[in-house]
Amino acid sequence: MNRFETSKVECVRGDRPLVSGLSFSLQHGELLHIVGRNGSGKTTLLRTLCGLSRPNAGQIRWNSTDIHVLGDDYRALLAYVGHANGVQGDLTAAENLHVATRLNNGTDTLVKGALERMGLTRFAHLPTKVLSQGQRRRLALARLLVSKKNLWILDEPFAGLDADSVAVMEDILTDYLTRGCMVVVTSHQKIACGAKATQHITLDS
Amino acid sequence: MTSSSLFVAVRCVFVRDVTVALRRSTDVLTPLVFFIIVGSLFPLGVGPEPNLLSTMAPGVIWVAALLATMLSLSRLFANDYADGTLEQLTLTPHPLTTLVLAKIMAHWLLTGLPLVLISPLLALQLNFQYENMGILVASLLLGTPVLSLIGSVGAALTLGLRGGGVLLSLLVLPLYTPVLIFGAGAVSTHALGMDVEAHLSLLAALLVLSVIFTPWVTAIALRISLD
Amino acid sequence: MIYKKYASPKNFYPLAGRLIPWLGVLTVLLLAVGLYWGLFVAPTDYQQGESYRIIFLHVPSAWMSMFVYVIMAAAGALGLTWKTKLAEVLASACAPIGASFTLVTLVTGSIWGKPMWGTWWVWDARLTSELILLFLYIGFMALEASIEEPRRAARAAAVLALVGVVNIPIIHFSVEWWNTLHQPASVSKLGAPSIHPSMLVPLLMMFIGFKLYFATVVLMRMRYAILEREKHTRWVAEVVGTKAQ
Repeated sequence: MNRFETSKVECVRGDRPLVSGLSFSLQHGELLHIVGRNGSGKTTLLRTLCGLSRPNAGQIRWNSTDIHVLGDDYRALLAYVGHANGVQGDLTAAENLHVATRLNNGTDTLVKGALERMGLTRFAHLPTKVLSQGQRRRLALARLLVSKKNLWILDEPFAGLDADSVAVMEDILTDYLTRGCMVVVTSHQKIACGAKATQHITLDS
Repeated sequence: MTSSSLFVAVRCVFVRDVTVALRRSTDVLTPLVFFIIVGSLFPLGVGPEPNLLSTMAPGVIWVAALLATMLSLSRLFANDYADGTLEQLTLTPHPLTTLVLAKIMAHWLLTGLPLVLISPLLALQLNFQYENMGILVASLLLGTPVLSLIGSVGAALTLGLRGGGVLLSLLVLPLYTPVLIFGAGAVSTHALGMDVEAHLSLLAALLVLSVIFTPWVTAIALRISLD
Repeated sequence: MIYKKYASPKNFYPLAGRLIPWLGVLTVLLLAVGLYWGLFVAPTDYQQGESYRIIFLHVPSAWMSMFVYVIMAAAGALGLTWKTKLAEVLASACAPIGASFTLVTLVTGSIWGKPMWGTWWVWDARLTSELILLFLYIGFMALEASIEEPRRAARAAAVLALVGVVNIPIIHFSVEWWNTLHQPASVSKLGAPSIHPSMLVPLLMMFIGFKLYFATVVLMRMRYAILEREKHTRWVAEVVGTKAQ
């Protein structure tokens, strides 16, 4: 049984403390919804949970081992969709997904299905710089579908999505959580998905 | 991770960078044109006296190659940093050092190698003797990868900073001095009819050292810049 | 552990404050005696006459310019691996001091060169190495200054210092090599002439004096930097508050 937990994590930006004493424990099939005003440190916290930044104090553990000790093994089970889409403008949508697949030991055959599910099949062979903001966001999220990861960390996944795409994304989250995986997400809106349990954390600083 | 999946990832990064660079062909051509222009300005500055030009040619070509490489360095990580793909690259389950090396190789293929290939053209302009052309090309072949490798450290350290370009040159140019000395030295020594084996071996040694260490340092610098 | 105790900025600050006056007095004493001895007491050099006396400034500062860079890189490495705040502060405090030693070396070198070579600047191997060292120092300071977040600034600059410290011997070697190729060997090299014992004592005093000067100034700069970086903590508020009253 997998478990993702933090104990007394503290994040700083510059010399300003943003998050302090944050502890949670997430089990399979659970979703952690982080809310907070702009500038309350949600993005910083997510980047810290990914291992991109180190916490100023405290520990982040996957199955009782610190993620910085796990290193590549942790990154092998983690997918992150950040504030930036991570979509290369000169490559086509399909090429972008193939790159994501090959870098993450994913399966090339899943690319077509992922594009279809996110409603991008028509644009698969266009350079992504001609796509709209919402379409690029969908492409970023499609990356989640091409590799098998146990933990998704999503920074405002619904930003710029239309109502239909939000519904699709909620379906995807439901599927994913029923398979026993975990999701950490920041979002300003309520998330309707069939999580076994949803935890809420409110950041205020 | 198995070594085959690492190989897939490395090849993927290399092919991706080359593809992207070819689609933005102006990015690739600008340093080359810059190289030729800088080289052409020297005769205008010092006068067209053929002997003077041929003595200066190795130094001029090498300095121009140094500056052209430096100009192209921002292409290495800056775009990937801005659109978030660099972040994704550091979150893959592969050693970042190896992926960085693949990126540097792609960078050299589209900056260093073209410089080497058009250097004879610049050499002709500067009244450079034909019999030394081989050494010029050989020294550039050994030296330009070192420029890309050392430059990658500077490019990683200055990611996302205001005035990054000028700052980058401040960090990188002093570190380029040994390459310049051995590279240009090889050519001018050969022109004097002396043996250049020592120069070329030293350049090769620099290349080996920088292949071993700089991707590792660049990976550390990238993680610091993304923090 | 004593190291642990004084590595915390809070404990280091008063300790440094107590050390500075003693170090300062010793520095002034050594430099005064060393300079007087070197400039007025030591015998005239039979080859170079009186102008050799500038080595009492030039040689110690040349030595310090390298030494400070090594300290800076070592402190940077310490800060990178163990995240010791004090080491980060030390590295950044070193840079301007090292750069000024390098500048003093360059200026005294060219003053010495004027009567020797008849010109202010000659591409002598050592002077050229010093010039590149100055560029490395400037690069370090520029990088540190352009990153706003103090932690990232310290770590990025530390990486640069480490790359620099590995490169310095290579640069030095390449410049020496270049110099022997391009310069006739008859040009006398800049540096200490064959040392007479009566010159050695003042030279040593200047060496130690420069070291102590460095220690004094680095501690002063570190104290300011610590106050700046820890300005949100209670102990700094107390220190500043009591002084204001």
